[in-house]
Parts: sequence; C-alpha cells; structure tokens
Amino acid sequence: METELRARKKEPRGTVRPFARGKTARRLLKDWQLYSLLILPVAYFILFKYGPMLGNVIAFRKYVPGGPWFGTQWVGLKYFKMFIFDGNFWMKFRNTVVIGASSLVFGFPLPIVLALLLNEVRSKAFKKTVQTISYLPHFLSVVIVAGMTIDLLSPSSGFVNVIVKALTGHTVAFMQESGYFVPVYVITGIWQETGWGTILYLAALTNINPELYEAAEIDGASRWQQTLHVTLPGILPTITILLILNTGAILNVGFEKVLLLYNPAIYDTADVISTYLYRIGMEMNSFSYATAIGLFDSVIGFLLIALANFFSKKFSETSLW
Amino acid sequence: MKESASYRVFRVFNAILLLIVVAVTLFPLLNVVAKSFSDMKYIASNAVTFYPKGFNLKTYRLIMSDSMFWIDYKNTVVYTVVGTFINLFMTTIFAYALSVPRLMGRKFFTGLAVFTMFFNGGMIPNYLLVRNLGMRNTLWAVVVPGAISAFNLIVMRTFFEGLPRELEEAAAIDGMGTYGIVAHIVLPLSKPILATMTLFYAVGMWNTWFGPFLYLDRPEAFPVSLYLRNIIAGASQASGTDADALGEVASNVKAVTIVLTALPIICVYPFLQKYFVQGMTLGSVKG
Repeated sequence: METELRARKKEPRGTVRPFARGKTARRLLKDWQLYSLLILPVAYFILFKYGPMLGNVIAFRKYVPGGPWFGTQWVGLKYFKMFIFDGNFWMKFRNTVVIGASSLVFGFPLPIVLALLLNEVRSKAFKKTVQTISYLPHFLSVVIVAGMTIDLLSPSSGFVNVIVKALTGHTVAFMQESGYFVPVYVITGIWQETGWGTILYLAALTNINPELYEAAEIDGASRWQQTLHVTLPGILPTITILLILNTGAILNVGFEKVLLLYNPAIYDTADVISTYLYRIGMEMNSFSYATAIGLFDSVIGFLLIALANFFSKKFSETSLW
Repeated sequence: MKESASYRVFRVFNAILLLIVVAVTLFPLLNVVAKSFSDMKYIASNAVTFYPKGFNLKTYRLIMSDSMFWIDYKNTVVYTVVGTFINLFMTTIFAYALSVPRLMGRKFFTGLAVFTMFFNGGMIPNYLLVRNLGMRNTLWAVVVPGAISAFNLIVMRTFFEGLPRELEEAAAIDGMGTYGIVAHIVLPLSKPILATMTLFYAVGMWNTWFGPFLYLDRPEAFPVSLYLRNIIAGASQASGTDADALGEVASNVKAVTIVLTALPIICVYPFLQKYFVQGMTLGSVKG
C-alpha cells in the first residue's frame, strides 16, 4: 500500500488519469460504504471546528453585525493593539494565570495522594464506597455546583458562615470580597474533581507488576519505601502526561464556573480573559475586539501545551504526539 | 504478609482520612437536600446542617406547580435524548472508520479531530457561526455544535481497534458491506463502550447550560439547567408564582431546584459508575 501511494505521488502533475482506472479511485469505489462514514463527521469538524478557526479572521477585519460573515475591511492589528495597550486586559490575564496556576498547584497533587491512600485499603467494599462517593461531584453540572457554593458561603444562610461566626464572632460575605475568589474557585474545583481524578492513577496502580513488590519486600523495604521506590515510579508516566495536559491547559480556566460565581464587586480578582471577552463580545457586541482577545488566548494556550509536550518528550519519553 | 506496627497505625489513620474525604464530599449535597425540605425559619436562622428541620414540602409544591419548570424540564429531556443520539451516531461512525487499518488518510482524519482538542476557534466565532447558519432559537443550536467530542472519539476508536478483526474479515469475504459489518458484527460487540459513551454524552447534555444561554432567547425553550441558573442569578422569578413569596424563600427555592435538577443523575449514577470509569481508563490507553 505504501509503495503504491508513493508511486502515485511521483507522477508528474497533470498526468491524465481516467477516473475509474485510478487505483485510488477504484479502492474508493469498492469501499464506498466505509468512506461514506467519513462524510458527516468530517463535514461536522470542518464546519463547526475549523469554520470558527477561520472565523477568527474577523480579529483582523472590521465586522458589522448583520454584514458580511467575514467582515467588511482589513484593519490589520488594530484590535490586538487595543488590548495589548489596555491595562484592564493585563489584569484579566494576571487573574487567569493566578486562578489556573493555583488550581494546578493545589488541585493536581491531591488525586495522586487520594489514589495512593485508596491503594492501601484492604476492604474492597470500603474502597468501592469511597470511590463511588468521591466520583459523584464530577457529574453535577457547574450550575448546581455554583449554586451550592454561593448558598454555602452566604452570610445569612450558609453553613460555612456558621463556623466562621463561631470562630470569629462575625460573618464574611465571601462572594463580595475580592480576596476570597481564588480560594473559592480552587476549593470547589478540588471538591468536584479530586475523586474523579484518581481513576487514571488507580488504573496505573493495578498495572504495576506485583513481583516488584515481592522483590522489594525480600530486600527488606518497608511499605513506605515500597511506595517511594515501586509505586511512585510505576505511576510516574501517568503523572507526567497529566501534568503536561494540565500545564498546557493552565489558561483554560473554567469559564462557565467563573461566569456563574463572579459579580462586578470582585472583578479585580475574578474576571478572567474568557469572561472579559464574553462581556465585550456578547454584551457590548464588539465582535472583532473580542475575537482578537480570544485568538490571542487560544494561540498562547496552544503554544503552552506544545511547549509542555516538547519538554516531556525530551525528559521522560512520554508525550502527547 | 507481616505488618509492622507503624503500618497498622497508618491503616487506621488512612481509614479515618478517607472517611473525612467522604464526609466532606457528602456534606454540601446533604446540606442542599436538607435545606430543600426545611422550614424557612430554620434556614433563615442558619440552623440547617445535614438533615431537614421543620419538615416542609411547600417549596416543592411551589416549584412543581410552576408550568415553566416542567416545560424546561421536558426540554432538557428532549435535548438530552436527541443530542445523545446525534453524539452517539456521529462518534460511532467516525470512530469505526478511523479504526479500520485500510482506510486511506487515516492519520490525516485522526489528526483533524485530535487537533481540535488543543486549539479551538473561540467563543465569538462559534457564536457567529451558529447565528449565521440561522440556528439560533432552534433545537439544533443546542445539540449540533458539540456533536462529537474528540476525546470520546479517540476512546471509541481505541476500543474498536482492540476488537478482533477476523470476524469482520470473514463477513467481508462473504460479501457483507461496511454498513452490515458495523450493524451486525461491530455494534453487538461494543455494548460496553456504547454504554459508556451514552452516559458521557447524556450527562453532558443534561448539564449543558452555556450553549442554550448563548443561543436561546425564549424561556419556553430553555433547558432546566438554565431555569436553575436564572434562579441562582436572581435574574428571573418563576412565572405564575408570587414574587414576594419567592424572594423570601430564595435559599429554599434554590435548594429545591438543585435537588430536582440533579436527581436523575444522582439516581442513575451509582449503578452506572463502572461504565464511566471504563471510559476514562480506555481513553488513557492511547492519547
């Protein structure tokens, strides 16, 4: 098959190939049912995934709502200059990095710890129960999680404030004070995703060769030493790949959760790039400006993940592509 | 295996720690259920913890007598059923095609899908596309833009690649076409992955709110997640009910709506958990 394809490529351009006689064409015809399966999904990807990528062209053009799909005239880097020189934008950028980095630093290690703890549990029933319960929050919609968060933290009817009042004598309006947003975001994320995050580690743990533990035991290694020298190296590839994915996605702050949790009083810490561009685009109808910000965000995000992948490939032989 | 004394201590400590994890996970959920059944005066004095105080069904009656709640609930069911069907159909046919070794351009088409996991067009171009296609305020705006998740696609392709090819080859020699092979050989062998995908997609559709928030204008078309969002945002009162009564019992109303919205997921989840886990671990085999 390989040689066949290569041979075809060597033909000079413009060689007339009668359609039905072309080997490729014949294979396509014979296998039309298989290739027909591609039509709808590929059309979907091109229209709904690559279409919007192409739609980013309006970041460089003046766009009038209701006018041509791809805008009316070129304006070069006008919109990019607008946000680069907009101090507001850099505040949102900083907020995004702070929220993303805090989530990574505090949220990433916990599933590993929980998986290791679960791994030491003998009773299957107990382990299963802990797993079932800790996975559950992952399946709740972000609307529900945000609703519960706001309610639990409410000064008048939230349980968290019962504790705060008992300790300090007064209540705190958590959702109205800038200083609390990042912790609230990170902790709710931990609550929702830590359990679910253990799954890949638990799967990796079951793949560790039991003979390694036996050998370690014969060598007199304690359980703790076994954890350090057998278990951790065993799940290291999983840790690496997930760390790359999560580092690369550091700017992909949970936009929906921020949108549901924040309010104008705490924009100085809570407003992130995506919520900012959402307001500029959807509430102020500055589509081109918002698209420019979005494109910048996507490109930086992509570069980050490519960079993380490069380092992972170099140092650990584990990579995404 | 011999256990050292320190390891025994660790195991006790470990069990306590895990019980704390369970308690912390469950408390917010129990709290919201408790609030939904509690009397307003206990909620106002912040006395409700994880069991109802002053048992009260008034708010359930209030919400459940709101016709808009039921309209939106029904919408969620429709969006979930139609959306999941589209998701499954599209993902299955693409994943199968990508799993067939003789497919020309297999790498290219896989790359076409995988690239979208790392780079996306962005919110505004997506919005403008849906608007320009005239899909706003239709069912299609909710179910079509997310028709295939690249992650789920790769999970499913990996599963199909693991199926024995001999049966398919034998069927092909007998003159069966690809459609027949998929329908009569591949799908019957793929029940576990189909279950997993159905669950992933159905939960996603059930929980979706931002697409509908962007693309739908009429409350009669909203999914119930958006109904809940509007209650939480205080942006709307349930129609046909006394606005004052609602304002007074805000926390209670929120709790009831949260419970009713989450109920189907919480009910089916424990029974189907193994399928979710299976999907995640399959996906990790080959990124």
